[in-house]
Amino acid sequence: MPAREGTYGLLAEFDTPSDLVRAARKAHQDGWRRLDCYTPYPVEEAAEAIGFHRNKVPLVTLIGGLMGGAAMFAMETWISVVAYPLNIAGRPTYSWPAFVVPAYEWTILWAGLSAAFGMLALNRLPALYHPLFNAPNFRDGATTDKFFLCLEALDPKFDLLETKQYLQSFAPVSVVEVEY
Amino acid sequence: MATSEIKIKDPGIDPATGEFRVVAPELTFRSVTDKISHIVLTPHTPLGWLAIFGIAGGGATLLLVAVTWLFLKGVGIWAITQPVAWGFAIINFVWWIGIGHAGTLISAILLLFKQSWRNSISRFAEAMTIFAVVCAGMFPLIHVGRPWLGYWLFPLPFTMNVWPQFRSPLLWDVFAVSTYATISVVFWYVGMIPDFGTFRDRSQSKMGQYIYGMLSWGWRGSVRHWMRYETASLLLAGLATPLVLSVHTVISFDFAVAVLPGWHTTIFPPYFVAGAIYSGFAMVLTLAIPLRKFYHLESMVTERHIDNMGKVMLATGFIVAYGYGMEAFMAWYSASHWEAFMFWNRMFGPMGWSYWVLITCNLAIPLTTLWSRKLRTNIPFMFFISLVVNTGMWFERFVIVVTSLYRDFLPSAWGTYRATKWDYMTFIGTLGLFTALFLLFVRFLPMIPMNEVRMLLPGAKIKPKAAVEAGN
Repeated sequence: MPAREGTYGLLAEFDTPSDLVRAARKAHQDGWRRLDCYTPYPVEEAAEAIGFHRNKVPLVTLIGGLMGGAAMFAMETWISVVAYPLNIAGRPTYSWPAFVVPAYEWTILWAGLSAAFGMLALNRLPALYHPLFNAPNFRDGATTDKFFLCLEALDPKFDLLETKQYLQSFAPVSVVEVEY
Repeated sequence: MATSEIKIKDPGIDPATGEFRVVAPELTFRSVTDKISHIVLTPHTPLGWLAIFGIAGGGATLLLVAVTWLFLKGVGIWAITQPVAWGFAIINFVWWIGIGHAGTLISAILLLFKQSWRNSISRFAEAMTIFAVVCAGMFPLIHVGRPWLGYWLFPLPFTMNVWPQFRSPLLWDVFAVSTYATISVVFWYVGMIPDFGTFRDRSQSKMGQYIYGMLSWGWRGSVRHWMRYETASLLLAGLATPLVLSVHTVISFDFAVAVLPGWHTTIFPPYFVAGAIYSGFAMVLTLAIPLRKFYHLESMVTERHIDNMGKVMLATGFIVAYGYGMEAFMAWYSASHWEAFMFWNRMFGPMGWSYWVLITCNLAIPLTTLWSRKLRTNIPFMFFISLVVNTGMWFERFVIVVTSLYRDFLPSAWGTYRATKWDYMTFIGTLGLFTALFLLFVRFLPMIPMNEVRMLLPGAKIKPKAAVEAGN
């Protein structure tokens, strides 16, 4: 269901990643901030061009991993010392070297799950509906062989006619208006 | 190898580097997409697929019969008894999990080392990992005798207040293997999300669009998403690398922590990990060679891949050879009567034939021939080698489990081991299950990661700014 009415943005289509990167860099230099590129494979240069340098996935992963390791180690200690102490020939119940192995596995487990689901959450996925899917040429190209630059209507510089002309100056294959 | 020895006219060789090409030069973004999505999105299932699926399904049915009978009668239907209390179940468990390791090596370790040739084979190597872990994970579960109590392995709060023993390598195994299975599935699935997006956009049927659309989580290829995705992939690779090394290490602890001659050695962890990768690469070849032929994927799974996998097998094969040598050396150097007898008996005892099968299959045949580039790029020969190494690695586990156990410390406790038909049915059944799952994967999921192959194409190169400006 559309969230809003009106125009989401203008979508310019390019044939090569170089054209896209050049256009995106220029748009970012000209002060555009509500913009995004859409590519069929990761194009690092395009992300750099629109000023997206860092992300929070490593932080989420680190926190997840530390929590996993701590949780398992604490559980092992509690089980072996408090809940179910086993006296095996008088050996210490807090035998921490043996606890390292499962704690290590859980560090990896939680870190991995945090990396994967953290990435999806930071990407605001799942998002089965998105206005861009309304563009006639988007679904045929964005996941196959075309490169798109979208200047969004939320940007204060946005003006339907002027922005259209501005995008035309990059010599794209086409510029289409995307509706919500 | 010097470039002059290679026929430069060979279309598979890149004249700039003298190496085999990773992908054929004529591929474009669209042709890669068309080729891979056509395999899945076509409504026509190839007859050959149906035929092999029928055979594999027959194998999986055998497994169902064998396991049903096992649940009705108990583990007494297997050949395990005293002194050989660990038989086929553990052999198969270690063999399958070892096979899985090459998938993670290709998808994670080679990603960290920026070996971009791995891109086109990484997806089905990961799928192989997951299905191998499925087959492997089943064995300890059905071996415990009362599989319906399998959940006792996990630290769950029961009313009777019994908790697991965290000092046992067998419990470490539970966490190592379950983590390995989970992370492998997550890594595999995350890798497929962009390709599901491609399938959603290219599917002609409503059903296909709906299912692949759901599976893709609405992926739309925003570069911000891509950058987080790339970070997450790298992190997952970085996490899977120590994980894969730890899994077979922990499995080797199951043996090495026991005070049994033939098991109680410190060489086991590295030797198990190298053996795992050795057998896993053999299995990747066993799967890749028929696949590329059947689906005409020679442009993406090239001679470069076959050649490189041969090299990895050569290297890991030598680590395995070192492990065998060190076992023999320690049997002599430890001056332990029991070690020496065990080793002599392993080579020349009543089950000595299995040791020589292992030496022939793992060392004699592959490690003498894989040196030759000509043989490494000879596809039928590599297929043959892959089967030989898989057999050899299975016998390695057979030798470790059976020949260490069947001659106990006291001659009065000596026994022997002869697998029953139920043992064989269970083993053959897992081969069927593995093949059936793999065929379903090939039919319904993207077996070559399209987004990663696109990155290898010449069209993906960003021209430097000056060149772009001049070109305008």
